[in-house]
Amino acid sequence: MGNDFVAKTLAETAKAIEYSVFANQYAEKKGFLQRIDPRVKLLTTLALLIVIGLTNRLSVLLALYGGALVLAAFSRVSLGFFIKRVWVFIPLFTGIVALPAVFNIVTPGKPLFTVISFMSPHTFGPFHIPQHITITIQGVSGVSILVMRVAASVSMAVLLVLTTQWIRLLKALYVLKTPEVVIMILAMTYRYIHLFLRTVEGMFLAKKSREISDLKMKEEHGWIASRLGVLVGKSYRLSNEVHLAMTSRGWTGNPTLMDDFTINRIDGLWIVITLAVVILWIVFR
Amino acid sequence: MENNCVFELRDVSFDYMENVHAIESIDLKIHKGETIAILGANGSGKSTLLKLLDGLYAPNKGEFQAFGSIINETTLRDKKMAREFHRKVGLVFQDPDVQLFLPTVWDEVAFAPLQMGLPKQKVTEVVSEALTQLELYHLKDRAPYHLSEGEKKKVSIASVLTLDPEVWLMDEPTASLDPRTQGWVIDFILELSEKGKTTVIATHDLEIPHVATNVCYVLGQDHKILVKGSTHDILNREDILLQANLIHQHRHVHANVAHTHKHWHY
Repeated sequence: MGNDFVAKTLAETAKAIEYSVFANQYAEKKGFLQRIDPRVKLLTTLALLIVIGLTNRLSVLLALYGGALVLAAFSRVSLGFFIKRVWVFIPLFTGIVALPAVFNIVTPGKPLFTVISFMSPHTFGPFHIPQHITITIQGVSGVSILVMRVAASVSMAVLLVLTTQWIRLLKALYVLKTPEVVIMILAMTYRYIHLFLRTVEGMFLAKKSREISDLKMKEEHGWIASRLGVLVGKSYRLSNEVHLAMTSRGWTGNPTLMDDFTINRIDGLWIVITLAVVILWIVFR
Repeated sequence: MENNCVFELRDVSFDYMENVHAIESIDLKIHKGETIAILGANGSGKSTLLKLLDGLYAPNKGEFQAFGSIINETTLRDKKMAREFHRKVGLVFQDPDVQLFLPTVWDEVAFAPLQMGLPKQKVTEVVSEALTQLELYHLKDRAPYHLSEGEKKKVSIASVLTLDPEVWLMDEPTASLDPRTQGWVIDFILELSEKGKTTVIATHDLEIPHVATNVCYVLGQDHKILVKGSTHDILNREDILLQANLIHQHRHVHANVAHTHKHWHY
């Protein structure tokens, strides 16, 4: 059990490091979205997210999700990776949470098919169980819309993150008037997550290299707690040192950042496509 | 204070949290254009002394003068004064992971000139120049965690080079570097010296003072200056080096004869 736990943590840490490198590789590819100015990409993604959030038509959501897949393909993002990344967690969890809504207990409506039939309806306090528990058309429709809305939103957000270097995304936020101190905090957090991931990996490897027999669960938890303490201590010391390093190079509490963005023809094309989607939605909703 | 005196410390002490002594009763004078080594074992207070010279800490006791002005808590709180001071004095930290806190090499190297308020066009110029000079331009979009230790050290140096400071402070500049990068760093220090820059190097690596400095201060394990003198004289004082934990002695086998003598490795 102990070794499993250590091995799993090691594997997850390595995976997190690998993912960050892998994700950055997509941002460096010469695909369609990678060529778009990050400011344009950020604003158009926001516009598409608003359309996705406000639409109640499954066909529109499916079309937008399909559009996201096409964009992923044109941006040289592996479709297998992209679909897995989008579907494995968020929509699946949303689906589980929303699943009761397909039944007539939660969403009354026209039955699609009957799941179970009782001799008579039952009432338990405030809860009423009908004689026939059915899956309703309205329920399925509602859950499908919810799941597809989450899937399409997550797809757009994932595409934005996968095809834009983190620092360029931050700079786009900066240009769009996000407070500079927020940008600095985000940038530094991203920078030091990697350092701490490597520290965590080192801690687990050091433990594994000296482990002869499995530890009991309680001992394992104690070890984890002590390492968390060590990590907090390290993080505190590092933050002091980093602050000194910043002060040494002129930091007085007011960050100054630099942007080097230029708008090209491809940005114009992407703005036109996004505007067309928004206008079509407004006209046909 | 003499005209060409850059730093002067008189009976300066600094404690962390009141009871952890970092440096005690330090008297030190550094003149313009000098290349000085502050030698000491781990924990002797070298790094703290450099941070004090960089105006990051103010002395708890004694007097610190830089460029003819007194530096204390009050002067360091003055943003204009602090910015002007850091334009003149650059510190290369021992650990590049402390110094490189931004997501890309370019942003890191641009940080200091941007904070100093240089126009963005000028920032682009100085950053490109520094990256080209240190042969780092091809790494400009890379994240610091994707760099080797040697590359990180070079980026740390480039991040100070963009300010072209009058005084360079370097904390253990060759620690954790491969021999080629160590050689590069030593050459860089020699170039600074040739350009007339004032350079203060804190180290326990005796190779650096041997090839790059004329004057050494030795910090003892009691956090006080043990001795000051010419590099040649200090490196020949085995008693002092042994007392400061800068050299050691252990058994060696030369041919078939085992014997013990004091020495250091480089």
